[in-house]
Amino acid sequence: MSGPTLASSSIEVADKETLAPAAAPVPAASQSPAARAWRRFRRNRLGFVSLVIFSTLVVLSLFAELLSNDQPLLIRYQHKFYFPMLYEYAETTFGGDFPTPPDYRDPFIRKKLTENGNWVIYTLNPYGPGTLSYFSKYPFPSPPSAENLLGTDERGRDMLAQLLYGFRLSVLFGLVLTAIGVVIGVITGAVQGFFGGRTDLTFQRVIEIWSSMPELYLLIIFSSIFAPSVALLVILLSLFGWIGLSDYVRAEFLRNRQMDYVKAARALGVGNGRIMWHHILPNSMTPVVTFLPFRMSAAILALTSLDFLGLGVPPGTPSLGELLSQGKQNIDAWWISIETFAVLVITLLLLTFMGDALRDALDPRKADR
Amino acid sequence: MTPLLDVHDLRVTFGSQEVVHGIDFSIVPGEKLALVGESGSGKTVSALSLLGLVQNARVAGSARFAPDTGQPARELLHLPERELMGIRGREIAMIFQEPMTALNPLYTVGDQIAEVLQLKDGLTAREAWKGAIAALRATGIPQPEQRANAYPHQLSGGQRQRAMIAMALSGRPRLLLADEPTTALDVTLRGQILDLLAEVQQHNGMALLLITHDLNLVRKFADRVAVMENGYLVEHGPVAEIFSNPSHPYTRKLIDSRPTREVVDGAIRAAPVMKADGMHVSYPTVLPGLKGWFKRGRFTAVKNAAFSIESGRTLGVVGESGSGKSTLALAALGLIPHQGELEVVGRRWGPDAASNKAIRRMVQVVFQDPFSSLSPRMTVEEIVGEGLLVHEPAMDAEARRERVLRALADVGLAEMQFPALLHRYPHEFSGGQRQRLAVARALIVGPQLLILDEPTSALDVTIQKQVLKLLQRLQRDKQLSYMLITHDVDVIRAMAHDVLVMKDGEILESGPVHQVLDAPRHSYTRTLVAAAS
Repeated sequence: MSGPTLASSSIEVADKETLAPAAAPVPAASQSPAARAWRRFRRNRLGFVSLVIFSTLVVLSLFAELLSNDQPLLIRYQHKFYFPMLYEYAETTFGGDFPTPPDYRDPFIRKKLTENGNWVIYTLNPYGPGTLSYFSKYPFPSPPSAENLLGTDERGRDMLAQLLYGFRLSVLFGLVLTAIGVVIGVITGAVQGFFGGRTDLTFQRVIEIWSSMPELYLLIIFSSIFAPSVALLVILLSLFGWIGLSDYVRAEFLRNRQMDYVKAARALGVGNGRIMWHHILPNSMTPVVTFLPFRMSAAILALTSLDFLGLGVPPGTPSLGELLSQGKQNIDAWWISIETFAVLVITLLLLTFMGDALRDALDPRKADR
Repeated sequence: MTPLLDVHDLRVTFGSQEVVHGIDFSIVPGEKLALVGESGSGKTVSALSLLGLVQNARVAGSARFAPDTGQPARELLHLPERELMGIRGREIAMIFQEPMTALNPLYTVGDQIAEVLQLKDGLTAREAWKGAIAALRATGIPQPEQRANAYPHQLSGGQRQRAMIAMALSGRPRLLLADEPTTALDVTLRGQILDLLAEVQQHNGMALLLITHDLNLVRKFADRVAVMENGYLVEHGPVAEIFSNPSHPYTRKLIDSRPTREVVDGAIRAAPVMKADGMHVSYPTVLPGLKGWFKRGRFTAVKNAAFSIESGRTLGVVGESGSGKSTLALAALGLIPHQGELEVVGRRWGPDAASNKAIRRMVQVVFQDPFSSLSPRMTVEEIVGEGLLVHEPAMDAEARRERVLRALADVGLAEMQFPALLHRYPHEFSGGQRQRLAVARALIVGPQLLILDEPTSALDVTIQKQVLKLLQRLQRDKQLSYMLITHDVDVIRAMAHDVLVMKDGEILESGPVHQVLDAPRHSYTRTLVAAAS
């Protein structure tokens, strides 16, 4: 090597090509694309308010047991504290006749718990999801009253409790189904799009065969073979829920793997896994994220429809679909249909508003003001 | 002579930002005025705003349009949309940079021209079709009767641009706005399209407003030139005068932006960094019709290539789009398979990633498009440091950051100009700065050979000069070898030691740069060189 001779060449190395200190003001802090999308999302008032309301409702419903329960929160009985939600007590403890767990709504027990300096704190709505109002003055289904704020259903269960627990089940079901669908959809879509060629062709044919299976009939058949349960529903719906998403991710991967930054990474010797995970996936997440709220509302709707048809969750589980079908059978008990319908509409609307805002926030063509 | 179009104090505002700050210019009938500037100078916006074609913009000032047809002069900026529609395409027509996107892919070019004639002249369908064929014939398209039935994708780039010119001229405009009409075309076609424009301009006596960044084109084509910078019109006057005696520093900078040669003619050493002999690269293609069910065709993109690149020297590969030069680059990088001999520092690309890893370190690449070559969701540190993660996995984060900063300093990016440089994302950098980042990413692993695939084609001329200077300095400092792929003869002249001329996958001519460019043996090379000068 004769580096020195070359370095001391006759050419005058005027270093004009280095950049002058930036004349234009360079913003001091840098924001990641995700942070900018979040800022744009927040600017959409409707979407952001929807997110706040929806999150509040979900968090509240997660603590449903503390809000709506037939077990009191705290009992002070004969100078001792009792926690009926944590421990099971016998009726005899509170001066009853039977060694069975007490019904805290029983006027006799209530009387015992409030006399002689005893006191009891009930939850805001003193009914659980399965509590039957044995002591109601009205026939079932009973309309909204001071006792049951939103009325009862045909079996005498409190509507407010039913809706609260039903909402929680729907949302959690939607979240789980969406999460499973996203994981499977992203993985299959990424593999197809990234490797392309024969892998892609094979996968596509498999997906076509898979998606031509009649989902509803499978559900009917399986619900007669196995005992119906929420887990079974999640599994069955997940089997088909990933297909749509996988197509979007595949298309994004097919497009992004042609980009120069992927070629540059290959030229650097970066492995396939890292290219997929670090280079292509972050740039392919837009359709996934955009569809999240819409997928969730679709999952909630699917659960509601199946419950309505009686193919869904096991009987006795609080569910919006089951309430709707009760409303259909008791058309004169207007409160059942209207309240369930309102909860469903509000949930889906909030999700749709969030989805719209998210789509706008992730749209690269929107100005970044 | 009364001006055909007299623009006075034109201001264009988007939101709260004014992008054109009060410019004045005028065109007399039969004149060729060039509006020159770099991207973002406001040249296109200024021209399009005259016809009310810029969306969401507030346009102020005055633009009096006085065609020599006996009609009274009209104020374009205050005309209602209905009247503007009558002027667009009829009295003032436009041609765009990319004919593929300006023509509707679902209609034949004949239909599209005939539609204009039916709309503007009220011709019957039959007359309009005849008119369309005549218009195509006037632009020199061979066999206009058949070509009129062709869809845009069935025409070549040059034919498409001709079809678009035919469409624009079919309304017999008094003024033609040509927005970068030749930028998307190969150099050898550019001359033909300009000749055509000059010819129809002479023949119809119309005025022409040429919007371009290409000073060469202005020098050859225009009568007068107006130079724009950042929304201001900094200088205007007759072409000859401006070019021989530019008064504004920006104009001088533009005229000086031709790349200069500052390379050392390194001596040829014994072992070349890259050596190819009898190299072929071919792709499988799908055969049309039923035949495609049973077998695949093969398209050979590079035929029988032979070259060698020595340490500290640059091999320029010049050719038009479709000549196979980018395929050659990908094969040299080992990203697509090839047949025949190709040695990189004495080794060959193998089928498995592990054995190629050592060679990958030696050969790195910089691509053309500074926007697609950096992942928008990675920070500068992640982008530049990635090579170290792969090739020196044992290195700790602190040392890696040190190396990243050094590589960035090598390409002229420092934290002094960009606070928190390492944590910035690519969208915060300009095209030239992004290209520097791409160079830093390639350099950090310490390659011997850098493959530069049109490294400056997407950049403005003044930025192009800076980037080329940077590359020349890096070559001198680090003994780098370059394979420089470009369509630009000026860039080759400034950078290369040896040259390959490629066309249709074949190497037509190769040799030292002076020999090939100054005494070309092949007629195609002569055309290339002539088109560039």
